[in-house]
Formats: sequence, structure tokens, C-alpha cells
Amino acid sequence: MAERLLSTIDMATFAARGFLRLDAVVPDHVNAAFLAQVHDVPADAVSSIREHYGRILAESVIPRVAAGTPLADAYDADSPVRAVLDVPEVRGAITSLVGHAPVFDHHFLHITYPPAFYRAQGREPVSQHYHQDSTIDPRRAFDIQLMYFPHDTTAAMGGTRFLPGSHLRVVSETAIARYQNVRGQQHVVCPAGTVLVLHHGIWHGGGVNRSDRLRYMFKIRLCPTEPQVRLWDTSDLPAPAGRPAQRPIFWTAPESAAADPVAAILTRPEPWFEQDTSRLEYINRARLWRYLTGNPDFDVDYWLTRIENEQAP
Amino acid sequence: MLCLDNSALDARVLAWSLYDGTGETQRMAGDADEPPYDTGLDALLDGWRLIQASPLLPHGGGDEFRTGYLKYEFLFEKLVDG
Repeated sequence: MAERLLSTIDMATFAARGFLRLDAVVPDHVNAAFLAQVHDVPADAVSSIREHYGRILAESVIPRVAAGTPLADAYDADSPVRAVLDVPEVRGAITSLVGHAPVFDHHFLHITYPPAFYRAQGREPVSQHYHQDSTIDPRRAFDIQLMYFPHDTTAAMGGTRFLPGSHLRVVSETAIARYQNVRGQQHVVCPAGTVLVLHHGIWHGGGVNRSDRLRYMFKIRLCPTEPQVRLWDTSDLPAPAGRPAQRPIFWTAPESAAADPVAAILTRPEPWFEQDTSRLEYINRARLWRYLTGNPDFDVDYWLTRIENEQAP
Repeated sequence: MLCLDNSALDARVLAWSLYDGTGETQRMAGDADEPPYDTGLDALLDGWRLIQASPLLPHGGGDEFRTGYLKYEFLFEKLVDG
């Protein structure tokens, strides 16, 4: 099966920011087949949210799959979801991040309805609070979540809001709900057939759909069954082992970032990082990169070397 | 509520929330991508009263490099005539 593995730059970006966007990679005929499978209808054909969701759960052919099922067995060969997973870019991202034999955790079809449906219930539509999925998860290993957007998602539709770089923060699910807005947050606006690949720890929440049509997003969580070490296209990996040559720190030349793109990516702060915790983020990114590369001596800008410098007496 | 860049009140705003107890407006997650103030001090200058600031806590052994919740949270209130 064809797959397009991620590059080292893609992987470093995922390690640093916790997401990758694959825009419009799913063909139109697959998007149409998916929407037909979930019985997409015009908004005026829906009587209520409860009735509509209930009907989709009862009638749609999205399978009910047990957690722990090998991904290879989770969907029929002729199903639209299987076709999404077999897109070379999607398949390559899955292999690069969670390996050749990931298992299925869960999936869910998120439908966001226009405001009139909420007002019919006597309430205003509200966005979903920021949260991190599942529960406190201090692992270095990670799961991924695929968010598939089968139709054009406009700004008015309130596509998923997420916070780049939040994936390494160890928090407890909706404990972060009090943060309404954070500098650097992104709202998904994308063409049909886009797949967003997220580290399980990314802070996110659904927006309010202020359009006049239903918004769909299908999410699948996948777990690795092997160490996530050098699973991508490593032909461009700068240094196979040992501590890479370190670059000057603080007193630097403007071209130093271009000379070592992985180091530049792993030390690029997000706009919301606190002044001191940005350095902790670099340390945690470097530790994740050690895991991903299988190189326990990796470092960037001496952040780990400095704090590991214990000389035996 | 403002979350700042460091523990100084005149540090830059990184995250913000507003809960309107008058019921006049309904604020919610994701409703603004630009902060209402550049710094915490700017909120004071606009009439908000600071009622709580995050304490500075020692870092537990073995947990020094773990990141989690936003660190520098400041709570403000403003009373308005009914």
C-alpha cells in the first residue's frame, strides 16, 4: 500500500508543535461517500439534535469497534473511512508517528449544528471549553488523533480550536476549561478532505457553528504497539547518533537557525509560552526527540547537557 | 482573568477570560484572538481591581521540568452599578 512517510522536518515540527495539517488530501469522491454514509442532510431536514444524532447512531454504517482492535481490522476494505486512512499522506503520517501496526482506541463523529437548533431548546450555542482528551497522561510515548474534515470548513462553521505546542503540558482533561483564549490559538478553517494529525495532548475544543449547515468532523484515536523510534523517512536525519554538534547560544549569527533546522524548530517558542517555561518546553521537546530518534545523547542548545553535567568525584 | 508572561503584574498577557456577572454579555472559549490588555498593569489602569495572584511554589524533586497549567494567573474584578 502506497504511503508517503514524514520527513525529519515534519517530525521535528510535530515534536515541537504537536500537530500536522494535511490539507485537501482526501479525494472529493471519498468525502462525498463519507457524507452519504453518515446521512448528511440539509439543516432544514433535521427536526432536533437528539433525533438526528440518534438516527445517525442507529442507521449509519460507521462501525462500532472495540478498543484495542488492530487498525487494519477496524474498517471494511470498501468503506470511506478505510479510503481516508489509505490516502498516502495519511497512511505515511500514521506509520511515521505510531508505527506499522497501530491499534484503534476510539472514534467519534462530531456534528455541530447551526444556532437555531440550540435556540429551539431555549439556549444559546456555546463553544466547547478547552480540554485535553482522555486523562492525565505523563508518558513519553504518545497516541495520535486524526481529525477528518469531509467538507469545506469555513470560519463561520466554528472548526476545532487548538493550541499549538500544548501537547507536552501534563494537565487533567477539562481542568484547563477556565482559559477562554490563549495567544497563538488556531481555529481550523480548511478545504474538504483535510486531515489534522494531533498528538493526544493538544489542548482543543469545538467552536460555535454560525453557518446554516451542519458541520462534521470525524475523529479517530490510534495507539502505537512498538517504540516510536525512527519510523519516518530518516534519510535526511542530520546526525544518526551521539550529541550533534552544538551551535553558539545567545550570542549568535542570524544564519545559525538555517544551518540547523531541527534545532531551530525545537527551540522556536509559541506566543503563549511563559518566559521561563519556554525553556522547560525546549527541554521536554529535546527529550521527546531523544525518544523519537533513539539517541539518548541528543541535545539542543545545551539545555539538557547543562543540567545533566554531574561529574563523579 | 489574565495569565501573564511571568510573575510581574506588568508582564505581557498570554491568556485571558472574562465572565460577565451582569448577564449583559456571554463570553466563551475561542471568542477573541487578541487580548483585552497588553499587560496586567493595563487592566489596573482601566479600573479593574486585582483580587488574587498565583503563588510562587517550589518545584518538587523529580518534577522540576514538567509543565502543566499556565503559571502566572491574575484574577481581577470590576463592580458596575445595577
